[in-house]
Amino acid sequence: MPFDLHSINLFDMGKQFVFTLTLQKISFLAVAFMTFASAVAVVTMKNIFHSLLFLVLTFLGVAGIYLLLSADFLAAVQVLVYIGAITVLIMFALMLTSKLMAKRVSQTMEQWIVALPVTLGILVVLIRLVVLNPWGMKAAPAGPTTGIIGTSLMTKYLLPFELASIVLLVAVVGAILLAKEDKSDDPS
Amino acid sequence: MQNNYAYIALFATIGVAFTVATMWVSWVVRPTHKRTGSKAEPYECGELPIGNAWRQFKAGYYIFALLFVVFDVEVAFIFPWARVLRDMKSAGLGLFAFFEMMVFIAILLVGLAYAWRKGVLKWD
Amino acid sequence: MSLTLTGIIKLVFGWLHIPEFLVQPTVMIVAAAIILGFILLVVLYLVYGLRKVMGWIQARIGPNRVGWEGLAQTIADALKLLTKEDIIPKNADKWPFIIAPIIVFVPAYMVYLVIPFGKGNGWVVQDLNIGILYVVAVLAIPTIGIITAGWSSNNKWSLLGAFRAAAQIISYDIPLVLAMVPAVMLAGTLSTQGIVNAQQGTWFGIFPRWFIVSQGVGFIIYLLAALAESNMTPFDIMEAESELVAGFNTEYSGMKFALFFLAEFASMFTVSAIAVTLFFGGWLPIHPSLSFIPPVIWFLGKAAVFIFVIMWIRSTLPRVRVDQLMSFGWKVLIPVALLNIAWTGLLVILA
Repeated sequence: MPFDLHSINLFDMGKQFVFTLTLQKISFLAVAFMTFASAVAVVTMKNIFHSLLFLVLTFLGVAGIYLLLSADFLAAVQVLVYIGAITVLIMFALMLTSKLMAKRVSQTMEQWIVALPVTLGILVVLIRLVVLNPWGMKAAPAGPTTGIIGTSLMTKYLLPFELASIVLLVAVVGAILLAKEDKSDDPS
Repeated sequence: MQNNYAYIALFATIGVAFTVATMWVSWVVRPTHKRTGSKAEPYECGELPIGNAWRQFKAGYYIFALLFVVFDVEVAFIFPWARVLRDMKSAGLGLFAFFEMMVFIAILLVGLAYAWRKGVLKWD
Repeated sequence: MSLTLTGIIKLVFGWLHIPEFLVQPTVMIVAAAIILGFILLVVLYLVYGLRKVMGWIQARIGPNRVGWEGLAQTIADALKLLTKEDIIPKNADKWPFIIAPIIVFVPAYMVYLVIPFGKGNGWVVQDLNIGILYVVAVLAIPTIGIITAGWSSNNKWSLLGAFRAAAQIISYDIPLVLAMVPAVMLAGTLSTQGIVNAQQGTWFGIFPRWFIVSQGVGFIIYLLAALAESNMTPFDIMEAESELVAGFNTEYSGMKFALFFLAEFASMFTVSAIAVTLFFGGWLPIHPSLSFIPPVIWFLGKAAVFIFVIMWIRSTLPRVRVDQLMSFGWKVLIPVALLNIAWTGLLVILA
């Protein structure tokens, strides 16, 4: 007799549908709120390291939204690349800028007169996009996405795939050229 | 099934709840004394610390993080390919898919070789 | 009705007249709690085991006072840590200092979601489609916690230890992941159960068709990178006692320190479990004629062998130097891992 940790198919179909639908909505609202609130915290925190920690939370929230959209591969890559790599990169960058670390930096902008029209313009475009976009009302069935992505990379999007490696190569060369300069004025 | 991902959220919640609970239990049962004298000083082998620890650090760490980002993105490309290689073979495209990835990896190895040549991979 | 967790909870709920839609949430929470309990138990006896094994290797007897043969020693240690005074240095950044152990421990616990302890869906909490990629993604998170711990302590040793740790983890993360890729290529799936199932069968009726047969190099890369990734001894420069006091957790005491400790030993088991899953046929018996032994015993037994190997390495080898460590990762492990992927690719398409 196997000892089963769990099994599916517990409800009659109608009941289960209602349950997961509301649960999905609640989880979306929770994740969206977390993402939004921590994004606000990123730009309002006085301490830059605290901002960074909230940025991690924002990245996690975005990964959560990908999961709710059944994009499991994308969610994993979001965590792997953004939290595992980009955040560590920013933390190392903080180490290089000694002035920012200990000081409490005010995040108010002196150039708000220029910034305001630009952000308002972007806001108008975004609102228009949200209103005009025909949102698909039916969710696609959840399923493994990694295989589909792999097949399309190998067939339909072959050129973008190979170009991506060139872009990465350019990134390596650029990074080395940039960081080589930093090495000369190394204090430690 | 949505349950697939519900478990991830559940594990995260229970993990956080467990850590917070243990810290709380410890807060209840442990003695609390006022921090007096040098007890609250950072531990630097008995010496009084001079200045803050939040100061400029070695730049050498930064270049490794940059290289890491690039290779992490590469990994994100390799996984879908690894997943479908067998499928591609049964579709008769095995050799094609293989050489596609070899070109991809070769281009990145050029980047690694460049970094090596420039002495970036040397820790000093 | 078979003796399953769902079955038991359904029975109890039916008996108590609790509405049926609560069954599944309860099952999920109980499953998560079982895993948490498993981790705590495993960590308690891994710590004991490590001290005992290191003792024997160094011609000592190890812990032998509390309980029979010292078996209760780690329980006593855990209680001691729980009741220890907790000191937060006066210049520390308080909230990040408190949150850091949580960021380190929670991912170490979350990985257990996809570990296949035995045959079938009942023995893995959730066999996710992205399986092994989930492991890779979740294990990327603790780096943040380590840097946060080092930074918020406002101690030079801590910060130096944290940055060494982060540099080491990011240098060995790439070879670690690249060593996992061949198993995915051979199995054609990312799911952990799928990878184990792909290793079924034998060659000539004797040799098991485990991936280690073609992946000897991949396994060595995995083992080295995993040791470095989880700060184990030949690669423990981040908490090198003789240089950095204790690295990123110098300022931590009491329960917060215990959580770092817990995470470290939980990932010791994870490393072994993933190695067994990817290279040594998971819960599969070494020969089909031995399948009367339950799969879970096979899995835990194989994992125990690896844990012993890790302890052996830990008590035998001296620490490597920082510069050796960094250049070894980038100049040797990454190119070899990429060559290994190319060789496996040829194997897959020509087989």
